[in-house]
Amino acid sequence: MANELLTVTHLVKNYGKKEVLHDINFTVEKGSVTVLLGPSGSGKSTLIRCLNGLEEFHGGQINFEDQTITPGFKKWQPLRQHIGMVFQSYDLFPNRTVIDNILLGPLKVQKRDKNEALAQARQLLKEVQLSEYENAYPRQLSGGQKQRIAIVRALTLNPDFMLFDEVTASLDPEMVRGVLEVIEGLAARKMTMLVVTHEMNFAKQIADKVLFLENGKIVEESSGHQFFEQPQTQRAQDFLSSMDF
Amino acid sequence: MAHSGINILFEGRNMVRLLGGLWISAKIAIVAIVVGLILGLILGALRTLHNPILRVILRLYLEFFRVIPTVVLLFLFYYILPQNFNINMGAESMAMLVFALWFAAEMSDIVRGGIISVSPHQVDAGKAIGLNRLQLYYYVLIPQSIQLMIPATINLVSRIIKTTSLLLLISVMDVINIGQQIIEANGQRYENGAFWVYGFIFILYFILCYPLSLWARHLERKEVVTANG
Repeated sequence: MANELLTVTHLVKNYGKKEVLHDINFTVEKGSVTVLLGPSGSGKSTLIRCLNGLEEFHGGQINFEDQTITPGFKKWQPLRQHIGMVFQSYDLFPNRTVIDNILLGPLKVQKRDKNEALAQARQLLKEVQLSEYENAYPRQLSGGQKQRIAIVRALTLNPDFMLFDEVTASLDPEMVRGVLEVIEGLAARKMTMLVVTHEMNFAKQIADKVLFLENGKIVEESSGHQFFEQPQTQRAQDFLSSMDF
Repeated sequence: MAHSGINILFEGRNMVRLLGGLWISAKIAIVAIVVGLILGLILGALRTLHNPILRVILRLYLEFFRVIPTVVLLFLFYYILPQNFNINMGAESMAMLVFALWFAAEMSDIVRGGIISVSPHQVDAGKAIGLNRLQLYYYVLIPQSIQLMIPATINLVSRIIKTTSLLLLISVMDVINIGQQIIEANGQRYENGAFWVYGFIFILYFILCYPLSLWARHLERKEVVTANG
């Protein structure tokens, strides 16, 4: 189907002899938000990291745009400009200012014009309400501010697809809202996203599709509405009832 | 006081000769440090790659220079290379080569230690914005590890300066060699000349090395505060 941005087919991932992701299959449609849910240790982060080559996978294939990726794929580096990723621990470069963090990719990887990249960076900083921190260092920012900068850093590369790996898990509760609002804004603008989260209300509100992962297997795949209103499997029902939301 | 031993230092051109000898030692140390720093940085970065063959070779290189005493290295290069491999270099150049290779070996370990102590999350973040491997080292890993490397590097510099005192063994006219010549030449007139000449050399080395040692200690303390802060 032409509307698919990403297709994962029979993906398998091993750690040594242990298989940790088993026969994973799913698609991500352009402009949609897919939320990956599941208990801790179910393989959510490992799966999302396989999608931009931070983890190797050992079986199956990934199709992203017109690229076919099979185990041992070596050309991740140019592809990563199209797949932005934001991590749980922000991971801004502490030795660079906010603006230098943001411009490193556009200037050094994409070799873009400095004024053009700077204008875009400033526009995005304005949208996340952090314009005045352009020349601050990461250590001068709060967790929530750092995470919003990390999102801007990924967006300035103009990716076609965004991966969010538990981006609010390290934040104080009052910081969470600001970060989630930024992601909601992206969803409203039809950015294609795959989101790993434990924020159930947020997931419920944002998900077009939910993948429920347990022990390295997708045990349920359904629309966001259906998953939260009428989960199909007992495991998903138990999971939802154990979550406080 | 007509014969106070200290006068040995001011007899004829003795002071100028001693300082000249110090300059030879310093020159060898400076060249070795500059070359060793650059080479050590490259080798240290290479040691963090996941290439097993490269790692073994570089590890052997490090161990060779670490295990073999510096005196033996100097003899090895000064006597064996010219005889058996027909490589002829002056004593000073040979000393620069030995010290540079030694410095590079030790430096590579400092660099490797610094780089691997940068959080793997930083590597992920760098990769995620599309940096290639060289860019990852240049923009992320090396700048973040330099602060960790500085105190150990200063200590290494101070060790190199001190070890130049072995240069007399391969007939380099360094400060110690000249000091000995002065003591021997003036032995009859200055019975305790050795005390004053070596005392003076001690002070020269102390002036060179002690500030370095203080600086390294200051940076180490600062690092602890930064890490905790």
